[in-house]
Amino acid sequence: MKTNDVIFQTVAKVVFFMIIFFAVHLFFAGHYYPGGGFVGGLLTSGALVLLLLAFDMKTVQRGFPVDFKWLIGIGLLFSIGTAAGSLLFNVPFFTHAYNYFQLPLFGKTSLHTAMLFDLGVYLVVIGVTMTIIQTIGESE
Amino acid sequence: MINAPILPILIPLVSAVLLLFLPKHIQAQRLISAAASLATVVSAAVVLNKVKTDGIQTIDMGSWPAPFGITLVSDMLSILLVLTSSFITLCVVLYSFRSIGSGRETFYYYPIVQFLLVGVNGSFTTGDIFNLFVFFEIMLMSSYVLIVIGGTRVQLRESIKYILVNVISSALFVIAVGFLYSVTGSLNMAHISVRLADIGDEPIVTVLALLFLVVFGLKGGIFPLYFWLPGSYAAPPAPVLALFGALLTKVGVYAILRTYTLFFYHDQAFTHDILALLALLTMVAGSIGALAYKDVKQILIYNIIIAVGVLLFGIALMTEDAIAGTLFYLIHDMIIKAALFMLGGIMIWITGTSKMDKMGGLIRQYPALGWTFLTASFALAGIPPLSGFIGKLLIVQAGFEAGEYVGAIIVLLSSLAVLYSMVNLFMDVFWKKPKLPQVYAKKQTLSMFVPAAALVVLSVLYGVGTEAVYPYVMKAVEALIHPEIYIDAVLKE
Repeated sequence: MKTNDVIFQTVAKVVFFMIIFFAVHLFFAGHYYPGGGFVGGLLTSGALVLLLLAFDMKTVQRGFPVDFKWLIGIGLLFSIGTAAGSLLFNVPFFTHAYNYFQLPLFGKTSLHTAMLFDLGVYLVVIGVTMTIIQTIGESE
Repeated sequence: MINAPILPILIPLVSAVLLLFLPKHIQAQRLISAAASLATVVSAAVVLNKVKTDGIQTIDMGSWPAPFGITLVSDMLSILLVLTSSFITLCVVLYSFRSIGSGRETFYYYPIVQFLLVGVNGSFTTGDIFNLFVFFEIMLMSSYVLIVIGGTRVQLRESIKYILVNVISSALFVIAVGFLYSVTGSLNMAHISVRLADIGDEPIVTVLALLFLVVFGLKGGIFPLYFWLPGSYAAPPAPVLALFGALLTKVGVYAILRTYTLFFYHDQAFTHDILALLALLTMVAGSIGALAYKDVKQILIYNIIIAVGVLLFGIALMTEDAIAGTLFYLIHDMIIKAALFMLGGIMIWITGTSKMDKMGGLIRQYPALGWTFLTASFALAGIPPLSGFIGKLLIVQAGFEAGEYVGAIIVLLSSLAVLYSMVNLFMDVFWKKPKLPQVYAKKQTLSMFVPAAALVVLSVLYGVGTEAVYPYVMKAVEALIHPEIYIDAVLKE
């Protein structure tokens, strides 16, 4: 069955970026406010699923030529690496470090190693969700 | 190095993640998993030595002090079990090279085994009841994959049953932890123990004790909650079965041991009597199964259930001797169960069936396999000087001293059932003349036999060298009998 979904596809292209930006916003907001890597990752994979629905698996694969199973591994490495960094400084596992920096454009900003951990969570969530959806979708 | 106790959890975790990147490179996967398992064993041995000299080791995760953050606690009990599990995993990984098949090898078998070890070692090490749930889940999710990987018909059927039972028991676990938190206001196990001691023997505490017994009983396979176990464990191939039989049920038993010595020791007349009764029924039910079946896998699986009964009976007695016996028996049972399942796997691999009446006469072609199996069977039954003896002796002795004559006699009778079923198995598979004059094709079994034999040798050494193990076990018993030692080490009062 060939349906004509020009409107859907055109809207999806725009909405995709809106969702992604909101996901990034939520990801960074997560340190002090509700949000974080998990929600950010879910939203991002939501945006990808929207593309999957509007187009098809092949188009999305061409746009994002990554194996989503690799994303799981890379995300886990980020998270474990951040937590295991404490081994080098001989402080208890998972201890985080942070400091304040003067950055151009942003002004005084606090940078945390916890952000790297969250980045790992973000990647794992995208990887897992997309792997599940692709596996289920493949059979149709 | 203050982070030492985390290493037996961290090394398998990192190696599992690395293995995720190499699903199709079988040689690299084998090399990395073997090296990582070896490193885990070494790190566990280092921590064991540290606990022996410096006492209980704790880490407050993320530098949040106990009882507010999550604390990992390596006391003697945890680290002994961690060391045993890591060694068993090393042997199973080596055994898998030949027996698991390339289909499973390219489908993330090795990383999942490492994830399973993360869950098992984490469950033994954590000092936080909710974190225990998390590590249980890591272990269970890995076991879901291991039970279904390969996708044969029987596996799919059994994995649905297995997942359903475990999802329900996990839900109960969270509910139980929620209740416990509402009563005590803490999740740190040492802190909960202090709070419960203040509350004393309120009825709600007894309710909690039974709720936790149901949760851990479902995982550990006690009567009548073992109904799912024989079917589900028979589905996966031998190396996975060895891991399940040796580790998973024992984590359930460990959790009962920990909670019943640290939390619920106030109303012993009620809780521990129920525990004793269930232990006896578990032994009886297991014995009936072990005697009734004519199938290699089923006999060995029902022997798991008997062992769980013996261990629970030791916990229920709660005297110093009984707990020492339980620990001796727990470590022995993990080692010997893994060895027996691996040897059974070789037997099934040679003959292509697990039905005993279709086997026979293996002793001519495989004498070493036969005698090793017989030694392992004797160790399982508890014949001196092999490893099962000292644990059972202490438990039975404690039973008689506590006046639990019926229980102690049932433990002895269950040993007889174990011995009978195992010798029967040996006779049928190795001794008896095959009904049809068939000669099995000679197969290369050395690379599978060596890891299994290594475990049997370890078990024999464990039995003969009881004197050397004794101080370690007694140190673990001390912290179980006197919860203050554990509490002081965690809360640093």
